[in-house]
Amino acid sequence: MNRPKVQKYVRPKHIDDYPVGPQFTAGHLSETNAAWRTFRPIIDKDLCINCLRCYIVCPDGVIFKSENKVDVDYDYCKGCGVCAYECPVDAIKMVKEELL
Amino acid sequence: MNNTDIKRITPKNITDKEFFYGHKACAGCGGSIAVRLALKVLGERTFAVLPAGCMSAVGFIFPQMAFVNNAIISTFPGSASMASGVSVGARALGLKDYKTVVFAGDGGTADIGLQALSGAIDRNEDIIYVCYDNEAYMNTGIQKSGLTPFGTKTTTTPAGKNIHGAQSFKKNMFEIMAAHEIAYAATASIGYPQDYIDKINRAKHTKGTSFIHVYASCPTGWGIPTETTVQIAKEAVDSGLFYLAEYQNRKFKLNKNPKSFFSAKDYLLKQARFKHLTDDDINIIEQQRDEKWEYMREHWK
Ligand SMILES: Cc1ncc(C[n+]2csc(CCOP(=O)(O)OP(=O)(O)O)c2C)c(N)n1
Ligand code: SF4
Ligand code: SF4
Ligand code: SF4
Ligand SMILES: [Mg+2]
Repeated sequence: MNRPKVQKYVRPKHIDDYPVGPQFTAGHLSETNAAWRTFRPIIDKDLCINCLRCYIVCPDGVIFKSENKVDVDYDYCKGCGVCAYECPVDAIKMVKEELL
Repeated sequence: MNNTDIKRITPKNITDKEFFYGHKACAGCGGSIAVRLALKVLGERTFAVLPAGCMSAVGFIFPQMAFVNNAIISTFPGSASMASGVSVGARALGLKDYKTVVFAGDGGTADIGLQALSGAIDRNEDIIYVCYDNEAYMNTGIQKSGLTPFGTKTTTTPAGKNIHGAQSFKKNMFEIMAAHEIAYAATASIGYPQDYIDKINRAKHTKGTSFIHVYASCPTGWGIPTETTVQIAKEAVDSGLFYLAEYQNRKFKLNKNPKSFFSAKDYLLKQARFKHLTDDDINIIEQQRDEKWEYMREHWK
């Protein structure tokens, strides 16, 4: 998977720890978006024809090509359902997240 | 300049890298599809300039930096000026093989940033300007912009008994850009992602200024279910209320010329922002659409 990973953000303790201006490291992610999700997209790999439609239209770019067709980065999926709605063979089901 | 016989970018060969990741846009945001796909086509060596608007608001929430390439926030009216400076500055430093792109909203483009954009095209700066059009000032809570269509309910054009939402029509940004004799201009929709990818790719291979006006749905501001964001942007085109076209070498080209339209009424009434429209209002919208298509079919072969 070719995307940034969450990095622990350490709060500046001293003035020298702050960036010198209003700029910061590109692609620095301090948290995930998983808690936004109410429904989880589940891909049925037997039905999937690997057309890559879901990969192209995902607003968050969390669907990626994998050894077995496509997979989802659940750390950043918001559960919008675009992938399931756009899948031409209905291979994606939106399943309600359960509190564990 | 030849931006037509370039290698096509497809879902199979597009880079696996993501350059807009972990952003805080609402679930199902169409603007983020436009930004994400454009950056995948343009690649890592791209400087992105964003004025105030949803895409900058959701992309730079320190310390969550969702742009993986170089990206910067400009003043609201000055994104095209800042991009001009970035582009020539990088050239002066001897950088090669880089792109400069603006991602600005409809308000930031058709209203507030128009003067700077006009200047950049006049100087034929080597920049790509992408206007993601969600048809209102969304980041500040849905106010009418110059690209808000007739009949839209916004907080500044409420739908009441006497006045049914916005009373003006969409500003003709594409032709305003073409009137500058810009190097390349196109309209696109996130409902037709391959067409959008092709146009960004053409802009990438254009020397001089390119302008892409991409229709980008907003579930929050339009009142539609999040999963229908791509479908609604497709229906806007299929109903003839938005069109896909290109301008280059003083010629206009209509990319899609449907024999019959998808029902404009269906497209409109499934969105909360148009729920109040009467049949008379919809007739006005259809009549305006038909006049436009008559003109385009005659003049943009
Ligand atoms: C000079 C200035 N005026 C007003 C604002 C407030 N403002 C921030 S974002 C925004 C709305 C932008 O609308 P648009 O360009 O359509 O982008 P969208 O939010 O819809 O993506 C406004 C009015 C500002 N940041 N700067
Ligand atoms: S639910 Fe939305 S965010 Fe999650 S994978 Fe599908 S399209 Fe992407
Ligand atoms: S859209 Fe459906 S068929 Fe196509 S790759 Fe995604 S899950 Fe598979
Ligand atoms: S308000 Fe609309 S444009 Fe802004 S982030 Fe939400 S869905 Fe996207
Ligand atoms: Mg807008």
